This record gives sequence, C-alpha cells and structure tokens, in this order.
Amino acid sequence: MSDIKDIIKEENLVYKKTKVLTDNVMHYCPGCSHGVVHKLIAEVIEEMGIQEKTIGISPVGCSVLAYNYLDIDWQEAAHGRAPALATAVNRLYPEKYVFTYQGDGDLASIGTAEIIHACNRGENIVVFFINNAIYGMTGGQMAPTTLPGMPTSTSPYGRDVKTTGQPLVITELIAQLPGTNYVTRQAVHTPAAVRKCKKAIRKAFENIGQKKGTSFIEVVATCNSGWKLNPVKSNEWMVENMFPVYKPGDLKDE
Amino acid sequence: MAEYKLMKGNEVIAEAAIRCGCDAYFGYPITPQSEILETLTLRQPWLETGMVVLQAESEVAAINMVYGGAACGKKVMTSSSSPGISLKQEGITYLAGAELPCLVVNVVRGGPGLGTIQPAQSDYFQAVKGGGHGDYKLIVLAPASVQEMNDFVDLGFELSFKYRNPAMILSDGVIGQMMEKVKLSPVKPRWTDEEVIKLNGSWATTGKTADRPRNVATSLELDSARQEQFNHKLQAKYKEIQEKEVRFEKIACDDAEYLFVAYGSSSRICQKAIDLAREKGIKVGLLRPITLFPYPTKAIQEMAEKVKGILTVEMSAGQMVEDVRLAVNGKVKVEHFGRFGGMIPSPNEVVKALEDLIIKG
Ligand SMILES: Cc1ncc(C[n+]2csc(CCOP(=O)(O)OP(=O)(O)O)c2C)c(N)n1
Ligand code: SF4
Ligand SMILES: [Mg+2]
Repeated sequence: MSDIKDIIKEENLVYKKTKVLTDNVMHYCPGCSHGVVHKLIAEVIEEMGIQEKTIGISPVGCSVLAYNYLDIDWQEAAHGRAPALATAVNRLYPEKYVFTYQGDGDLASIGTAEIIHACNRGENIVVFFINNAIYGMTGGQMAPTTLPGMPTSTSPYGRDVKTTGQPLVITELIAQLPGTNYVTRQAVHTPAAVRKCKKAIRKAFENIGQKKGTSFIEVVATCNSGWKLNPVKSNEWMVENMFPVYKPGDLKDE
Repeated sequence: MAEYKLMKGNEVIAEAAIRCGCDAYFGYPITPQSEILETLTLRQPWLETGMVVLQAESEVAAINMVYGGAACGKKVMTSSSSPGISLKQEGITYLAGAELPCLVVNVVRGGPGLGTIQPAQSDYFQAVKGGGHGDYKLIVLAPASVQEMNDFVDLGFELSFKYRNPAMILSDGVIGQMMEKVKLSPVKPRWTDEEVIKLNGSWATTGKTADRPRNVATSLELDSARQEQFNHKLQAKYKEIQEKEVRFEKIACDDAEYLFVAYGSSSRICQKAIDLAREKGIKVGLLRPITLFPYPTKAIQEMAEKVKGILTVEMSAGQMVEDVRLAVNGKVKVEHFGRFGGMIPSPNEVVKALEDLIIKG
C-alpha cells in the first residue's frame, strides 16, 4: 500500500489555495457564502496578476474583516459608504482596480444613496453585492431585501409587506442606470454556480481595465445562522424562495 | 514675485487649495460657502494640476470620498457650512479613528437646525470637543482674515499629515463672504504617485507590493485591550499637538488691565473695541486663539495673572468661554458676551459689555 506522503507531490497537485488569500482563519459561519466569494475574488486577482493594483473597500457587515483574508490594500468604510470611498480611489488612482464588497443592509438600506450615485456616475469599479436577505452581523434583523413573510429577529412574525414594503430588488434599479456596464446576479451554492460566478467576476475586473464604467455583481447568498437553517437546507431554501424574487442571470452586458 | 489679489474668503480657499498641491476636493453646495465649489469648477484645476473636483450627492458622500482619497495618501479636502458639517461628523470620526489626514472647512452659519444663512460661531463645541462619537480631536484653525483663509489651507494640510489627523478650518460667514487683499501662496506641485509612496507608503493604500505587508485604512479594533491601547496612542498624539502646535496672537496686551478673548471675526470686532475703549481710558487687550485645538490655555493663564477681568466675545450663546474659565480657574472674573442667530456684535456693544459685565459688575 502506498503512503499518502508519496502522493503529495508537486506533479500531482491539481488545486491549491491562491496566494492572494491569507492564511488567517475566516470568522464566517460554516456554509456562509461570504467565504466562497472571497476565494473567487482572490483567485481572479491572482490569475489576472493585479494584486499590486487592486484596492478593496470593505463594508460594515459580516464582511467588515474582509481585509484579513485578501492580501491586498484595503479601506474599511463606514456602514453603506463604500461606493463614496471607491469613487475617490478611482478618481485619484484611475489605473487601479477598485472594488467594493457590500452586504444587502449596507448597500440596499443605509447606503442606497451612495450606491445609486456611484453607479450613475459610472465609476470605473466593481461592486460586489452579497444579498442574504438579512442583517447577518448584528444577529439576523430584517433587511430591505428580506422576503415577504420571512421571520427575522425584528420581524418575528414574518415580514409584513403592508407596513415594511416589498423586498427592494435594487439590482434591477441599478441596471437602469446608464453608468453601469455589466450587471449580473449570481450564486455560489453549487460547483456549477461557483464556476459561473467566477467567470462573472473575471469579466467585471476585465471591464475595469477597459474603463467600461461600473460592473455590478449581486450574489444571492446564504446566511444559515440568520436563517436558522443548516448549510444544506439553506441552499435549498435559497433556491426555492430567493431565486423567484432575485432571479439569477445577467441583467445587462454592454 | 508675490501675487496680490482682492478676493472673497471663500474664493481664496479654492485658490489656495489649487496652489498648495491639493489632489482632490469633494463638496456639496450650502450657503454661505458655495463659492468654494463654484470657484473650483470655474477654475477647472484638473486641466492645470490634475486636481479632482467633484460635487458629491450629499455631505455624507463628500466626507466619505475624503476618507477614500485620504487613505490613498493624497491631499484631499471638503468644505461645508454648519448643517452640512453635522452630516459629515460620521465621516470625520472615522477619519480620526483611521488616523487619516485631510482638511475640512466649516464656514459657520447660525443654528440650531436649518437656522440661518447668516454668520455665527456656534459650532465651536462641535469642532473642538468632538462632534462625532468617540475620544478624538481635530486640529482646529480659526482664521480672522481672508489672508489667513489662504494661509491655513497649506498649514492645515501640513499639520494634518504631520500628525495623521483631520484638520479643520473653523471660519464663519463673515470671513467667507468678505473681500480683502490677499497675498497668494506660491504654487507647489501636487505630489507624484512616487512621492506619495515615499512619504505615506507605510500606511496609505497605494497598492500592495511584494516588499511590504498590506496597508489597511480602518478604525475597527474589536479586541478591547487593543482598542484601549490604540486610544492611548491617540491621546499621546493629542498631547504632543497640545505641546507643540498652539498658535495665538496678542494685541495691546502689554499694559492691559482687562482682556478680550475672541477668535475669527469676533476678534476683528474686538480690535475696533480696543480702540474705542482706550479712547475712554480703559486699558484692554486681546488674546486671539488661532488654534482652537490645541487651545492656548497657558497663554490665557499667564494673562489671568496680569489683568483684572476677562470678557470672551463670541457669536454664540457662550461656548469658548468654558475653555477660558477652565484656563483661568477662578483667578479673575470671566464673562461672556455674544450675539447669535446670525447677529454680529458692534464694537460699541462690546465695550459696553466690558464695562457692564467686567468693570462695574
Ligand atoms: C451607522 C451604523 N448603523 C448600524 C450599524 C450596525 N450594523 C452593523 S452590520 C449591520 C448590518 C449588516 O448587514 P448586511 O449589510 O446585510 O451584511 P451581512 O452581515 O448580512 O453580510 C448593522 C445594521 C453600524 N455598524 N453602523
Ligand atoms: S451570520 Fe450569516 S452572513 Fe454572517 S458569517 Fe454567519 S452565515 Fe455568514
Ligand atoms: Mg446581509
């Protein structure tokens, strides 16, 4: 019988962690989509060879500490303001690859003005919008993206759309803005979806190099802790309940 | 050869920004300071120096653009007036917490709320005591002339980069709107990207190269012990600023029996009041704080040993008077005289207040 040590050799390597991901242990809950999306962004940065030129803007939300995981320069923004920071970085370093990474509370609630205006100005940046329909970090409160009837800690009897409005499908709104070039909705719940999402990320970063304006990638995501479901059930719940409201696919590709 | 011009205070802020090599200005219109953004967009400095000028969607966005630019290691600024500065407080405390240099100009108008578009000095507390949350301080410069509006742009940037701390020019509607002769600053080129890396590369997000760890501009530290340590570091910085950067001016203080303490446009009114008082035989001088943080506490203490009473004159209901009282610590009488809500005291009113509140009182 051959020893495992004989198999662990450079020539047998089929996959390895990108150098752009640090060795820090991620604080995300098991099954959370954030970690997968981080990995994809890191891989694209390495594959494109743009580590020295990339500046990330992290939000307030579970991904506030994203700067611990991707080995690039980062700015940590106040809640919702990442697109304003990215605007300045883009204007002052037009040759850099600037992206914001924001949750649905960050982007679609407190930061609505900043994202709309940055997209409308067509800032040459990539926006990652991680939509898990809930405020993960603060313990699972209702977000503007929370589904009708969905229970959260501030809608314990389910979201009442009569008093709190319908889910804000902000990506459709963003796609209307002439400043955006590429607007897509992805997910990372299956290997196929992960591969598709990575392609979208690559395209978005390439758009920066071609100065095409704003590329906007929504990732319909799971928050198993907030949803109080295990990782597998979360994925099933997402497909069944989130996808009908947040339909995966490209909304705009110019 | 030096260049002289007759200019408005607000216009000169824009001119001085271009001349001192400012990289970006982000602003939102509000009276009485809209001329700053208007002058910049008319001058089109992006054609001349490459300076970025952008009208943001709100003051909140503007100050966060400042954060983004400051974290790049560049010289960036914003300006507004009182209601807009209130909106900027969130960004200002994040800038202080991330130790980022920048310049914020407040051309103060009367409040509270929407208040009035007329001049006031009622944002002193907000500027020097915090304004936003947390234990932080701004370096606060108080110009009393159009010339100082010019000079303090460069000085503000210099101090803010020296200490990696936001600086504020606390002006008011009088200084912003009045025209005076001004000696313009010599033109300094903007830093090149290489210079930015050389000067600020140890902390600025200039793009992570293989030869250094990644730079992160953040004010977050979840570990309480480390957060406390960081706060100690900030306090040590403020102490150093207090020791090294106090600026003030004394006028007619040598033989003074009474003292005015006033900054900005109130100090100009006090200068006239000194002449009027001295015609009546009242020997009064003026101590004008130029830096409001750091505050000229020692200089006021020294004057309290010499004079019989002190009158602070502010276009507010009495804010800076608290710092004068802390400095004087009961040694002599300290009273406040102010007009507010957009009203400006006359020199005669000031002399009468000195007589009523200090000399007779
Ligand atoms: C000004 C401000 N308001 C509120 C908060 C508290 N807060 C932190 S994260 C968060 C919500 C984050 O939700 P989301 O953006 O959806 O990110 P997620 O954690 O779900 O990834 C809130 C309300 C804050 N930090 N700052
Ligand atoms: S709380 Fe939700 S969003 Fe946050 S790490 Fe856990 S699963 Fe992810
Ligand atoms: Mg969320």
